[in-house]
This record gives sequence, C-alpha cells and structure tokens, in this order.
Amino acid sequence: MLKTRHDVTDKVSVTFDGQQMDVPSGISVAAAVLSVRDGATRSTPVSGDGRAPYCMMGVCFECLMDIDGIPNRQACMVTVADGMVINPQEGASRLGDGA
Amino acid sequence: MSDTVQKDRFDVVVIGGGMIGPAVAIGLLQRGLDVCILDEGDDVLRVARGNFGLVWFQGKGFGMPDYVKWTRRSAGLYSDFAAELLDATGVDVAHANPGGLELCLGDEEMAHRQHFLGQIYQQGGGDPYEIEYLDRKQVEDMLPGVPLGKEVVGASYSPLDGHVNPLFLLRAMHTRFQQLGGTYKPRHRVSSVSDDASGYVVHTESGDVRGAKIVIAAGHGLKDLGPPLGLDIPIRPQRGHILVTERTQPLLPMPMSAFRQTHEGSIMLGVSAEEAGYDDTVNTQSVHDIAARATRTIPALRSLNIVRSWAALRVLTPDKCPVYQESHSHPGVYGIASHSGVTLAAVNSRVVSGWIAGDTPPEEFKSFGVERFHAENAA
Repeated sequence: MLKTRHDVTDKVSVTFDGQQMDVPSGISVAAAVLSVRDGATRSTPVSGDGRAPYCMMGVCFECLMDIDGIPNRQACMVTVADGMVINPQEGASRLGDGA
Repeated sequence: MSDTVQKDRFDVVVIGGGMIGPAVAIGLLQRGLDVCILDEGDDVLRVARGNFGLVWFQGKGFGMPDYVKWTRRSAGLYSDFAAELLDATGVDVAHANPGGLELCLGDEEMAHRQHFLGQIYQQGGGDPYEIEYLDRKQVEDMLPGVPLGKEVVGASYSPLDGHVNPLFLLRAMHTRFQQLGGTYKPRHRVSSVSDDASGYVVHTESGDVRGAKIVIAAGHGLKDLGPPLGLDIPIRPQRGHILVTERTQPLLPMPMSAFRQTHEGSIMLGVSAEEAGYDDTVNTQSVHDIAARATRTIPALRSLNIVRSWAALRVLTPDKCPVYQESHSHPGVYGIASHSGVTLAAVNSRVVSGWIAGDTPPEEFKSFGVERFHAENAA
C-alpha cells in the first residue's frame, strides 16, 4: 500500500468499499484508495480480470470506480470530498445507473 | 524467412494495407498467386483505423442497382468470411447479423426515408429489396427495454444489416494474409509505377518491387497514383466523426445506423459528413450534434460518458458508389475506390480477387467502371 510522504493534518472522511477512512484533502480518489487497497479496484467488463489505478493522469481508464453512485468515473480525476462514498467498479455499468 | 524478406518480385503487388488491399490479397493467395502488400508508415491518413464497423445494406446503391446487388452479395458472404478468419487466425471479428434499424425523428424524416428507399427499390426494376418500414410500436417491440425518445416515429429495417469490430477485422485480415504466405512491406510509400519487359516496377521509398499485376487499393493515395497509369478516378475526402462511450451492459440488440453497441459493451455514435479537405481533426460542433441526436433518439444514452472521439476521411466518389477499374492504357493495373471497405471486405476477398486473377468480371462490374464519371463530364 502507498503511504503519504509527510503528515497531513487537513483531512476528509470517505468510505471505500464499505470501509470508512480519513484521507488528506486535495488528493485524488485513486490516490486515496491506493493508500488502503493493494489489489484490484475494479473488474473489466470484457474478461472480468482485476485492474487498479495506473497512469494517475486521466489517460488509461484503469481506475474506474463508482463514486457517489455514479459508475465508471475516473478516480484519478476526481478530488476526494468529505462524506464521499466510493466503490469498486465491477464489470460494466448498467445504463441508467446513477442517472 | 530471409527469402521472404529479400523478395522483390511477385505475381501481384497490392498497394495499400487498409480494408480493401488485404481483403483482396487474401483471395489472391488462396488462388495460388504470390502476393505482396506495400504499405506506408503510421504517420499517414489511416482511413481503415477510423471505421464505424457497420456491415450495412439499407440505403446503399442509390442510382446504381448493381451496387445494391454487390452489397447484398457481400453481406451474404460475411458470416463465412468471419468464420474463416476466426478459424485460421483466432481473431474474433465479432461479426453479427441481427438486422439493422434506421430510426426516424418526426414524420418528415420518416417520409423522406421511405421516399429515398422507395426510389432505390424502383431503380431495381422489381428486384426484391429487403426493407421494411416499422411504426413506433413495432420498433419498441424490436428493442425491448430500450426507451425511445418521444420524437421517434418509426424506422426502416433490413434483415441484411449487421456489424463487425473493424479494428479486429483489419488485424485478422493482416494475420491471415501473412499466414497464407503473403509478403507485407511497411514503410514502402509508392512514388510511381513504371514498366519494363518483365512487368511493372513499383518505385518506393524503400526500393523497387516488381509485379506482373498491380492493384491500387491505396485510399486517398489513388488520387495521385492513378492518373499516370490511366486510372483517373475522381475521389474526394469527406470527414466523418465517431464517438465512443464507456462500456455498459448489453442494451442495443442490433445496430441502428447512427449507433451500435459493440460486443464488448461500448456504444459507438455517428455519423457526420463534412467537406473539410484532408483535415481529419475533430470538430467540436460535430461531436455535439452527434451526441445531441443520439440522446433525442435514446434518452438513456445521456448518462454515459464519452471516452473517445475521432474523425476520419471517407474515400468518396461523386456518386458514393465504388469503382473497380482495370486500366486500358496499362493492362494488369487495377484501381479500387470505395468508402465501404468494411461492408465489402467479404466480397472483395472472395470475388474481386478472382477478377484480378483473371476470371470473367462479376456481372455487377459493368456499373463500377470509371467511364460513368467521364461520360457525365462530357455531357
């Protein structure tokens, strides 16, 4: 698991996969998740294989997660916010999820 | 292997490694001919990388009944062609033939659609034309679980329509070509073609390649390569945009002309047509217009993210129908131009290869010559 390089006092509280955690404010959802999860954060719609955040800059689409009920969001492009509910993206979204 | 790399003399040299060249080349190899494909690098216009992936029948061939027949023929060969590619290469091109719809927004569009397709039927002189017109209720029955926008009044439907993954198709054809012993030479941009006692000599940036016959399937490259060889084929670029959404669970059971769901779950949205010269950059207004129409037609699409969009340049003849022409001044040099490289891949591989190998031209070819444009100019 990744660790932050220095102590941050300004934190927000989010929930990932049912687990509540305090993370530094201002970081991306992907970065926050990488601090608590070693393995996959989604499964692909094609093969079902596990995937996790990779490029961290909005290009590779490997970090897709369900954020506040909206599926398939690029977690590296979303900043954490207090009270945010984050879940792994399992397979394809259903059309209308989060709409 | 080293023989293959050094080889520079072939029965047929195919200029162009896009949708048309490899399809034809596979058929030539299967007829026992020794074939080379000359291709350029990745920094050129790559129309075959920009396809939507329809195998489409309805609406093709306005003013040219032979093109209707030709398209029907390719659609009919497609399942077998796709199966051959899968068996031989392991690449599944995801061909499906569930029929296709063109949804109409408003009575005026529906009337226009019926009039247009009705004219194609009339031009066919009584030949059966596999088109049905559906009202909104019938469309709903055909698309269970797909809420239609309130403006959708009906659709035209053809059981011959289908779709395919165009990138896997391209890859499968290239794999099949090399598997059958064909020689693929990338970075061989062709500057000119001359002839000597032994046949034709193709001059490229990476040296000369010789062929008894030459097939020019070079997309927009035909415009410069053709005229010195007696193939003055009028083509122009027409830009089209495509949008791709995130993957979603299966929703659309069949392609609908302007959108289709891939077997992996993405929904592809089209279609635009702009005269923009050779500019293949994305135009934001076109992207907006495509998305707006898609959400008017199927409002649920509104909730999907667009993950990619691009533009590509169709190879368009003045009547939008294909050209298959052997040069009169240079016998054994053939020019092919078509913007339907995906739909026609099966017939290009199975039938056009025979024409180049020396079979009697297919019956439809009486309409596909280049004279039709020159006659118009003279009139």
